Amino acid sequence: MGALLSVKNLTAGYGETVVLHGLNFELREGGITAILGANGAGKTTTLRALCGLCRRRGEIEFDGKRIDNLVAEDVVRLGVAHVPDGRGTFAAMTAEENLRLGAYLRRDRDGVAQDFENVYTLFPRLKERRSQQAGTLSGGEQQMLAIARALMLRPRLLLLDEPSFGLAPLIVQEIYRTLRTINQQTNVSMLLVEQNATLALDLADHAYLVETGRVVISGESETVKADETIRRSYLGY
Amino acid sequence: MDALLHQIFSGIASGGIYAGLALALVMIYQSTGHINFAQGEMAMFSTYIAWELIDYGTPYWGAFFLTIVFAFAAGVAIERLVIRPFHNLPVIALIIVFIGLLVVVNSTASWIFGTTLKTFPSPFPSEPLWNNHYISNHELGSIGVVLIIVAILFVFFRYTTLGLAMRAVAENPISSRLVGIRVSWMLALGWGLAAAIGAVSGMLVAPILYLDSSMMGGVLIYSLAGAILGGLDNPWGAAVGGFIIGIMENVLGAYVIGTQLKFSVALIVIVVVLLLRPAGLFGRTVVTRV
Repeated sequence: MGALLSVKNLTAGYGETVVLHGLNFELREGGITAILGANGAGKTTTLRALCGLCRRRGEIEFDGKRIDNLVAEDVVRLGVAHVPDGRGTFAAMTAEENLRLGAYLRRDRDGVAQDFENVYTLFPRLKERRSQQAGTLSGGEQQMLAIARALMLRPRLLLLDEPSFGLAPLIVQEIYRTLRTINQQTNVSMLLVEQNATLALDLADHAYLVETGRVVISGESETVKADETIRRSYLGY
Repeated sequence: MDALLHQIFSGIASGGIYAGLALALVMIYQSTGHINFAQGEMAMFSTYIAWELIDYGTPYWGAFFLTIVFAFAAGVAIERLVIRPFHNLPVIALIIVFIGLLVVVNSTASWIFGTTLKTFPSPFPSEPLWNNHYISNHELGSIGVVLIIVAILFVFFRYTTLGLAMRAVAENPISSRLVGIRVSWMLALGWGLAAAIGAVSGMLVAPILYLDSSMMGGVLIYSLAGAILGGLDNPWGAAVGGFIIGIMENVLGAYVIGTQLKFSVALIVIVVVLLLRPAGLFGRTVVTRV
């Protein structure tokens, strides 16, 4: 079976600055792939490049179609939902309006109503706070809201940009547990970008380590976990 | 007492006009976060189109709706052709573009339609209801039309997906793109709707002030004051603000500061509101946790 997402020789950057220098990776349907790396390695840029949010060159193939010439609005239409860096909350709107926006492209009313129920079951806290202004939610709740908003698209691929960022360990655990549940229930593929290698390697089946815009180590999570470099520099034991 | 009632009623009447243009300002503010200073001039230009149509023999309501369609199309075109290229510039540069647009539209109108005052018909009967001498049918009708627009806008922004998408674009363009909203078209749509609402307010003003190219200059300032007073992100608020400004202008002008200075009421209101309650009376103060 071919890969759902395959990236060949991807370079990307902002203005004059080149951040990615020829990245190669693949993601299989239904799988969870992690991209690990330190600050500034190019993890966020990788996700932004996939979505057409920054200047990029190279081959990006999603479900057999080239998407490297598409703008962000059209990438979403293929079923790629992005949980961006900084969560991208619509702060002045209610939590529920944020979710309605996630379903902006959907025309199946019944399915959307069903998905409202689904995300409220996954994140009961969002149901309690659904008419609250999203900007007043706690960091963890906003992260849940961002994930729930992405799920409202009923995506085939979920791009997750550091869902653990700036959150208390307990909340992070809760969010990661929920991500696993989502993957098992809906079979949505996930591309997870994370600084916290321990967390990411526990969730993901495959992982890539990126350093200064290049993949330096790749393989199944178990193999990557056992790698000496990873163990010392990123897992810290 | 009778004189005061008179002032209050004519204040409500002019307030209805300010409320109409204030709604147009809110429309663009809601979708782009900008104040379009050329809004009044665009409304004036559209009113000339209506005048031409009526002069040509089109029945009033036919001309009314054709003008709305024209204004909508012109609003979309202006956003696409004039505003779009300056999209990424800082706000101050955009303000200069808006002022440039104001001047261009104003001079174009004088050039095409001349500078003589033109009378503009009212669609409402001239005999006042119950023979009252406080408020004319045209003024009552204008207030009604404004209230209808407010109700439509309220429902549009609150309950429709398109209205939600327009608010989303104003608040967070990148997240909007990530959920699939075509941001640039939403901006153009916001301009189109604003221009259409502006055209309605222009057609309601013209029977009172006479149609000429400087008709909307003062109205814009009062409307801006009304929109800021009521809250730029809330159509109801902006409309109420417009009415309050109308009453204040008339009552204060008649009894407190004199008619020569009544224009300053608008400017004072703008400064005071921005100092004390920048979100306006009914605007939402956005709280963000970081």
